[in-house]
Amino acid sequence: MMGNEEADDLHESREEMESLVLDEPSNGRSSASATVPDHHDPLLSSSSSSFSDRHNPNSSLNAFLDPPSYAEAIFTSFDPSSNGHETPQLSSNSNPRSSDYLYISISDPQKEQELSNSLVPGGTTFYTYLITTRTNLLEFGGPGSEFSVRRRFKDVVTLSDRLSESYRGFFIPLRPDKSVVESQVMAKQEFLEQRRASLEKYLRSLAAHPVIRRSEELRLFLEVKGKLPLAKSIDVASRVLDGAARLPRQLLGEEGMDVNAKGGRDLLRLFKELRQSMSTDWGGVKPLVVEEDKGFLERKERLAEFEQQLSNMSLQAESLVKAQQDIGETMGELGLAFVKLTKFETEEVLFESQNARAADMKNVATAAVKASRLYRELNAQTVKHLDKLHDYLGIFLAVGNAFSDRSSALLTVQTLSSELATLHARIEKLEAASSKIFGGDRSRMRKIEELKESIRVTEEAKTCAEREYEQIKENNRSELERLDKERHDDFMSMLRGFVVNQAGYAEKMANVWEKLAEETSGYAKDGS
Amino acid sequence: MIATRSVSGSSQSPRSPSSQPYLSVSVTDPVKLGNGVQAYISYRVITKTNLPEYQGPEKIVIRRYSDFVWLRDRLFEKYKGIFIPPLPEKSAVEKFRFSAEFIEMRRQALDIFVNRIASHHELQQSEDLRTFLQADEETMERLRSQETGIFKKKPADLMQIFKDVQSKVSDVVLGKEKPVEESNPEYEKLKHYIFELENHLAEAQKHAYRLVKRHRELGQSLSDFGKAVKLLGACEGNSLGKAFSELGTKSETLSVKLQKEAHQLLMNFEEPLKDYVRAVQSIKATIAERANAFRRQCELAETTKLKEINLNKLTLMRSDKVGEAEIEYQELKAESEEATRMFEMIVRLMNEEIVRFQEQKTLDMGIAFHEFAKGQARLANGIANAWRSLIPKLEACSSSS
Repeated sequence: MMGNEEADDLHESREEMESLVLDEPSNGRSSASATVPDHHDPLLSSSSSSFSDRHNPNSSLNAFLDPPSYAEAIFTSFDPSSNGHETPQLSSNSNPRSSDYLYISISDPQKEQELSNSLVPGGTTFYTYLITTRTNLLEFGGPGSEFSVRRRFKDVVTLSDRLSESYRGFFIPLRPDKSVVESQVMAKQEFLEQRRASLEKYLRSLAAHPVIRRSEELRLFLEVKGKLPLAKSIDVASRVLDGAARLPRQLLGEEGMDVNAKGGRDLLRLFKELRQSMSTDWGGVKPLVVEEDKGFLERKERLAEFEQQLSNMSLQAESLVKAQQDIGETMGELGLAFVKLTKFETEEVLFESQNARAADMKNVATAAVKASRLYRELNAQTVKHLDKLHDYLGIFLAVGNAFSDRSSALLTVQTLSSELATLHARIEKLEAASSKIFGGDRSRMRKIEELKESIRVTEEAKTCAEREYEQIKENNRSELERLDKERHDDFMSMLRGFVVNQAGYAEKMANVWEKLAEETSGYAKDGS
Repeated sequence: MIATRSVSGSSQSPRSPSSQPYLSVSVTDPVKLGNGVQAYISYRVITKTNLPEYQGPEKIVIRRYSDFVWLRDRLFEKYKGIFIPPLPEKSAVEKFRFSAEFIEMRRQALDIFVNRIASHHELQQSEDLRTFLQADEETMERLRSQETGIFKKKPADLMQIFKDVQSKVSDVVLGKEKPVEESNPEYEKLKHYIFELENHLAEAQKHAYRLVKRHRELGQSLSDFGKAVKLLGACEGNSLGKAFSELGTKSETLSVKLQKEAHQLLMNFEEPLKDYVRAVQSIKATIAERANAFRRQCELAETTKLKEINLNKLTLMRSDKVGEAEIEYQELKAESEEATRMFEMIVRLMNEEIVRFQEQKTLDMGIAFHEFAKGQARLANGIANAWRSLIPKLEACSSSS
């Protein structure tokens, strides 16, 4: 099943080539002028359904060049997993043991009106996308479930934010950018398509994550029709300390913070502020997060190194793709120059020898144009394979976030510890002072009681924080393990795909040139 | 390159092992001499021959580019109508860089130049050729500084000659005196062909040159890519690291292949195309010469006629200037006949030359295309083999993980 886009593109480039010959020395855009295809370039390798030669009856040149048979030119990639069709990425979505799948696709952008409360008439418009899910996961209602919802980009932002809050320590794929500027600059169609594609990629990567795919947030996003039932964000501190007992209303802080606390949540918000104020008020010096786990630190450093080299390799890969594209284009232009020469020598025949020369030039032109097409296809494949590098650069950003979660959780623990120490010290001082007074000091005693209450609360907070920290550490660990394994598999398959691709196309090209060598073998000086 | 020439009149030396007359020339051993602005390249020109006109079986002289130019100019003067083989461009800029590649390209082009002369049945008999191949350096220097030929003319003059050949319509339209031009439809077609051919060839050559550059660029990026892959592999360790490392190394190997092929492409494909372009330009110069000769012939014919009329008038008048006029007339008549002869010779020669040229070029280009195809096939096979050999290693890496 060859996509229509694919057929059209080949047809179009063929026509380009033919029409180019008819209008003379305007160098025009040669048929090999394709820009580096983006990831949905239709010119992917496909099954070798050969194209019937399209004869443009107006092109006298067709009579010259035997139209290259597309069965020859199109190359069937050896890489079985990339057959160019938009098949669901089952391998990445499925649990290999029980072949669960969660397949998501996005389509059909539509304009909608914002229901506006403002005084401005008309309101703003935005676009929604149709998100269709097919799955057999139990969370979604079991085998054969299929459903759709409409969502807008803001909803995706909400989903992303909520996941970051709920799944601290996990390597959560990053959502697409808001890219406000681009939306102004690009043509609407192009922008919508780009956004659609990037959203699809994002949701699919969420679906591929073994933990995230089962999250309530994702399920709500995919399944619940109408308004997205997710609040934009909730206070993390409160959530962490959920279940803490009722707290005293006052938390004494040296800076005299607002103590109009109404309940656990407000109080715990104060903890968050305390932490933050500590990190900012120390003249810019953050309290050192002392990470004791040496093993982790080593791992982290190695990953940083890997990320840097990956980034470098990605850059070089881009240059390689550009160089391949350039050589293909120039080869195409050379071919076209010889096409023109052939035509010239055939039209203005004054001498016998011109016929032979014209025939030779035609062969050269044919070979060069074929080679140029092969370069273009090679490149389209190369881009696909090396795209993995870009994906992993994105993954490393997610890793960075997960590591940040860890350090901020640790900071919370350490902050609470130091707060406890301070409270204890103050109680000691007060006790020492009041013991000198006979019969006790009533105001001081009261204060001591209050401080002891604060200590209890803080200790509970610290326990929660420690629990959270341990959880995040565990999340980091399991994710790192998963990353190692997946990274290994992904890169191996990327390398293999790349190599097989290069080898295959080189062979095809060798055939083209060997044919030309044979056609011109009469001129060989030493019978080579 | 061996040249055989018409054997008429030459005696066979019983002592030489091959009794065939031969003249073999090679331009070798470029050496950079001088400093800075005045730097130049000297070449060893080795002549091996058994022709009696030459000073011995072997002669070696040192020549520089301007000596070749001198030879070309002399031949152009003396052998009007013949397509003088082209020289590589003067190229004032590259002179300062004098890269090894530039030097090699020039040497090759000069070698081809001399050999074409030595194998051309008319040109090989030239005295100037003998001088070039045998004279000592001082003589050569003296001769070199004396020469003024068509190619030493100011560019403006040269352009004028070409313009005359091309544009006659405008003059007629403007009511100017009709320029003296051949009205030969065959010849017109030929001129048009030559001018158009140059354009097409120049374009092909331009792309060929770019293709060479692209090969180099691809080679460079493969090398950079290979290095980056290796660095990444070094971070990784274990079997994946090994896989990266193998791939990186392979990529660097291929980079070398690409650079080599780029050089081959330059010497065996781009240069012949360039040579073809130069040859066509040389023909254009001959076309200009022919136009000159035609004009001269016409002018002299006119003038002679006038002189004749005048002479008759004086004879009738029994003037005492008759004797003088008679002499003048005779001289002029001789000149006119000479001009006519010259023109006709040029026409005849050109007709022969163009056939020879076409055949030669078909051959030259055929060889160039063949080398091109072979080179590209060699490269593609090399690349395919290199990558293929990597696949089992990758399999091994992934299975051992």
